[in-house]
Amino acid sequence: MVASEFGDPKLVADLAAKIASLGVANAQLMEVCGTHTVSLAKYGIKALLPEGVRIVSGPGCPVCVTSDSDLSQAFQVAKTEGVTLATFGDMMRVPVDGISLLKLKARGCDVRTVYSPFDVFALPSDKEVVLFGVGFETTSPGVAAVLREAQRRKVTNLSIISCFKLIPPALRALLEGSDVRIDGLILPGHVSTIIGSSAYDFLVKEFNVPCVIAGFEPIDLMLSVYSLLKMIKRKKPMLVNTYTRSVRAEGNPDAVRIVREYFEPVDSEWRGLGTIPKSGLALRDEHSGLDARLRFDLRPTTVPEPAGCMCPEVLRGVALPTDCPLFSKECTPENPVGPCMVSSEGACAAYHNYG
Amino acid sequence: MSHELFEQVFSSRYGNKYLDTASDKAVLKMGKNRIAFTSDAFVMSPRQVPGCSLGALSVFGTVNDLLTCGAKPLYLSSSFVIEEGFLFDELNQIASDMASAAKKCKVEIVTGDTKVVERGKADGVYIVTSGIGAVIQGVDVSGSNARVRDRVIVTGSVGNHGVAVMIARGEFGLSADVRSDCGSLSDLVLPLLRKFGSKVHALRDPTRGGLATVLNEISIESGVAIEIDEKSIPIEPGVKAACDLLGMDPLYMACEGTMVLIVDRGIENLVLRELRKRGARRAMTIGAVAGSPKDRVTMTTSIGGKRYLSMLRGMSLPRIC
Repeated sequence: MVASEFGDPKLVADLAAKIASLGVANAQLMEVCGTHTVSLAKYGIKALLPEGVRIVSGPGCPVCVTSDSDLSQAFQVAKTEGVTLATFGDMMRVPVDGISLLKLKARGCDVRTVYSPFDVFALPSDKEVVLFGVGFETTSPGVAAVLREAQRRKVTNLSIISCFKLIPPALRALLEGSDVRIDGLILPGHVSTIIGSSAYDFLVKEFNVPCVIAGFEPIDLMLSVYSLLKMIKRKKPMLVNTYTRSVRAEGNPDAVRIVREYFEPVDSEWRGLGTIPKSGLALRDEHSGLDARLRFDLRPTTVPEPAGCMCPEVLRGVALPTDCPLFSKECTPENPVGPCMVSSEGACAAYHNYG
Repeated sequence: MSHELFEQVFSSRYGNKYLDTASDKAVLKMGKNRIAFTSDAFVMSPRQVPGCSLGALSVFGTVNDLLTCGAKPLYLSSSFVIEEGFLFDELNQIASDMASAAKKCKVEIVTGDTKVVERGKADGVYIVTSGIGAVIQGVDVSGSNARVRDRVIVTGSVGNHGVAVMIARGEFGLSADVRSDCGSLSDLVLPLLRKFGSKVHALRDPTRGGLATVLNEISIESGVAIEIDEKSIPIEPGVKAACDLLGMDPLYMACEGTMVLIVDRGIENLVLRELRKRGARRAMTIGAVAGSPKDRVTMTTSIGGKRYLSMLRGMSLPRIC
């Protein structure tokens, strides 16, 4: 479903021809955004690229990279009497040890799906309301705004489990690790709108990787692949912003400011990548009253990954979903084993649904 | 999930040669005649959305199910589970909607029942309608009858009902000018069946799970591949925009007044002409049946890419960002 001229079939065909004429026979690109994963699969872009050009998915699906330890804390809150747990929709079905928020809801726990974080103000005011704060730089500003509004309204029954994650430190960890080949990066358009293109300068300076900030329509994606392959061919890595209709060098200063007001970077555990320094957001001390981990005395736990599940490898781009022995057999969207099959933005779900 | 529930709980206990297809309809042989029999429970929240009301849906839904059996709908039953304290005004409105829907489809509601349960034990009102119809002579439609080179035709825009309900629920703070397509397909489908008989191979109304799910069901039941072209699928701009915004796919949203037809390729143009003549102005051929890959639906995307179109799994949930 393409809105407007950004899906013009003729322009797409022109770009496909230009890509082919570059003659790059072998390249592995990585997209680091769940919405890109879906767009690439939904529009069937793979069929339009030369055979040797592969696009693998990175850790760009917020549901997928959330650790089991954080999920277990959300479960613990959901099971607490007198508490309403508010969550974004696609977290509902992620299983840990056979339990999920959806199952807890079916057992009578008060778990509600919210679309906007502001929906928490419509939840029962006679109960404790806990927002399961999952997402990247795109989601944290909205939640920070909710916290500010809660303080303004003197709401005392609201707290959050902050599991917010930051993209640049994860990219650094991926590139410092040696097990994945990345010839070029397709950078997330929405995250970049918030943090600005300058947040990625280090990728070219320190790692010499061609980078393109991309939008989500077919033309955006084809243009980003073309631009990356051109840099690869000329061996001239740069940071190119093809999503100028949304992304500025400085990003959205208001959003960055409000996030800084409420949160500070902390080390954070990512599924598949382990603990990455300063890659998560925790509430600042002066706002610790809003921290559900303190209010409900939640502690980290260790949970083993399900046997055979290759989500960790898929999230690093080391394996394709189809490499996993469970893919589309034991693990399907109806009965997901790992989170990459749960979220519509997960790489496994995209492969399963769109082939 | 409802399919699994049905297999595990019901089909395993009282299964028989009619029931095992796990669909909500059966074609029964009675002497020389074939009788189509269907039953459906209707729960709708809210009970009124633009273009559709619970009462109208409970009649059109069952009538359309009978049509998918290749039958002329004849008689309906309607049973109500009503919550204590439910307003008479609304009940009257529901009954009026049912009456005018029945009149429109030329069926009669000939029996029924009402039960009143305590307040809080039902969400306002639930309606169950069943229907019988006479299968038209010479017609043999079934999900397993699709043949290679058949054409896939839809009678109108897809996704309207699902999106209209989603918007009316107000959960997403969206407003858009989308009306449900809820309505009777009798006037479109019956003339086709009478005219083209066995050349119409399969009929499905894409309710739950939408167009994508119905096409997958047919490809599996017939053991064929279905190839469709995204560009040719009629979708209204409001439906498209609402789905884009929420990360949903209109091909998985329910329709309540649109039919998918699998027809012999020789009658493709005649069928389209007939449909358009009878008011289905957006009727379109959206694809064709092929030999392989078996049991799969492949779609050429709007930009010329290719991908699979899979079944709907579980419920559709909007995404985080």
